[in-house]
Amino acid sequence: MTLELAANQGHSPTAEQLDSSPLAVRGMTVSYGQKPVVFSVDMTIVEGAMTAIIGPNGAGKSTLLKAALGIVKPLSGQSLVFGKPLRSQRHRIAYVPQRASIDWDFPTRVIDVVLMGLFRELGLLRRVRQRHLDKARACLDRVGMGDFSDRQIGQLSGGQQQRVFLARALAQDADLYLLDEPFAGVDAATEKAIIAVLKNLREEGKTVVSVHHDLSTVPEYFDRVFMINTSKIAEGTVADAFTAKNLDKTYGGRLATAHVDQLDLVAG
Amino acid sequence: MSGEEFVPLSLTPLLIGMFAAVACALPGNFLVLRRQALIGDAISHVVLPGIVVAFLITGMVSTWPMMLGAAGAAVLAVVLIEAIRKLGRIEPGAAMGVTFTSMFAAGVLLLEQSNTSNVHLDVEHALYGNLESLIWLDAIGWQSLFDPIALAALPHELVRMSVTLVVVSVFIWVFWRPLKLSTFDEGFARTLGIPTDLVGLALVIIAAIAAVAAFDAVGSIIVIAMFICPPAAARLMTNRLETQIMWSVIFALLSAILGFFIAGYGPLWIGAENAVSAAGMIATVSGLILAATAIWGPCRKRGGAPVS
Repeated sequence: MTLELAANQGHSPTAEQLDSSPLAVRGMTVSYGQKPVVFSVDMTIVEGAMTAIIGPNGAGKSTLLKAALGIVKPLSGQSLVFGKPLRSQRHRIAYVPQRASIDWDFPTRVIDVVLMGLFRELGLLRRVRQRHLDKARACLDRVGMGDFSDRQIGQLSGGQQQRVFLARALAQDADLYLLDEPFAGVDAATEKAIIAVLKNLREEGKTVVSVHHDLSTVPEYFDRVFMINTSKIAEGTVADAFTAKNLDKTYGGRLATAHVDQLDLVAG
Repeated sequence: MSGEEFVPLSLTPLLIGMFAAVACALPGNFLVLRRQALIGDAISHVVLPGIVVAFLITGMVSTWPMMLGAAGAAVLAVVLIEAIRKLGRIEPGAAMGVTFTSMFAAGVLLLEQSNTSNVHLDVEHALYGNLESLIWLDAIGWQSLFDPIALAALPHELVRMSVTLVVVSVFIWVFWRPLKLSTFDEGFARTLGIPTDLVGLALVIIAAIAAVAAFDAVGSIIVIAMFICPPAAARLMTNRLETQIMWSVIFALLSAILGFFIAGYGPLWIGAENAVSAAGMIATVSGLILAATAIWGPCRKRGGAPVS
């Protein structure tokens, strides 16, 4: 697997790669105020690989993902999904937002959240049938949350909430899975369960992209890295791009701080 | 209470009160969950000058000019808020607060200065509406419900409020999934192709329609109370949105019915002579229901401790 991918790691992708790439971002610039958060970023995700987007806090990792998916409006730039405009490829994408961005007090049950992943199938008014419920339950089983389907989401631990969100993404039957810090504030068991599901997706030939914070687990979890600090720093296989030199460029003098952050995350 | 007395004098105001309460409570569920509960309050303040100006121009209290006036006022409010925010460089909350209160104040001044004494449009009306006066004089009893001539003379507020309730209910029913999805998880909803900005705007417009329709019949006190109290009380009864909507309708109806009868007969029971404002009493009952659910509601522990 990794050997195959190594052949694809060139820094200037060919036109062919652009056509087939599950997600190709070109010239993406996003700004919330005066200063750009993401500046002129090109990113080419390789099919069938697990890619980590890494960079310091506030480096624009989540924003890049959101802009690529049309959740926030970029100042300039575009993204192609499997070589076509995003609009026509939404059914092939599953997005897992940051857990902290959600109001977990919302009056809804675990099973209802997973059923949200079937929206494209259900549309506005189609009734939820037994087969939809069966599918949602099967997705919950895959993340080890089968016994929680009637629980209100606010009654779950952080790790359990994250697994429910992953189950919703599984229900979408996508080809490209994009996750925003899925391991932030989750317990060790959940982290293991999530990474097992993601690796399983890769074995099925799906593409996984994840914003990631914990540098120590990058080589263990991922095939490829995309390093960003407002601008793109490097992209490629873990073996080629995840180097001390690139890390230094990405985190600057803040690498020490990044390690502290990382310790906090593990403890929390 | 006999049909001869109840049907002409109490049935129509009661129904109007019930319909208005439910029409506001339904979108209120989503407004409360979106932390936009005060939008109902804002709308009912902003529309007052619009309604008064529409009345001054047309010289009568009728539905369409008032709706247009209210819509115009709402647009003006949005423009003013943006202008104040940009030019004054102050935070949006403050810009809204300034705009809403000053537009309401302008509406009150307009009302006072204009000669509206010959019709039922004044400051009190704006606050409490005139629920008690929406009587059905052509009715002589329950049999009038089957009498086409009497039915034709139903107060037009009842017709307007029923149409509004139907529009609001159909909107919530048809757009249930996009509303729920974009309220719960906006980013995810957008990746599904749901135009979340449009959904949010449509919700505010539906809330505005309910507010303006209810405003004339029952006044802004009920509008503000019904957008917030029944949904907030309903949230404390359940952890499912579907069930929450059901409870909010029950609480809205309960407030309208109890409030109407307590206002009409309560003072007599305690020996006082005059009835009190039905609108005021309906809003009060809804507040008491909220207080009761806050004390005894089964789901009042929010975001409770993790259970594993």
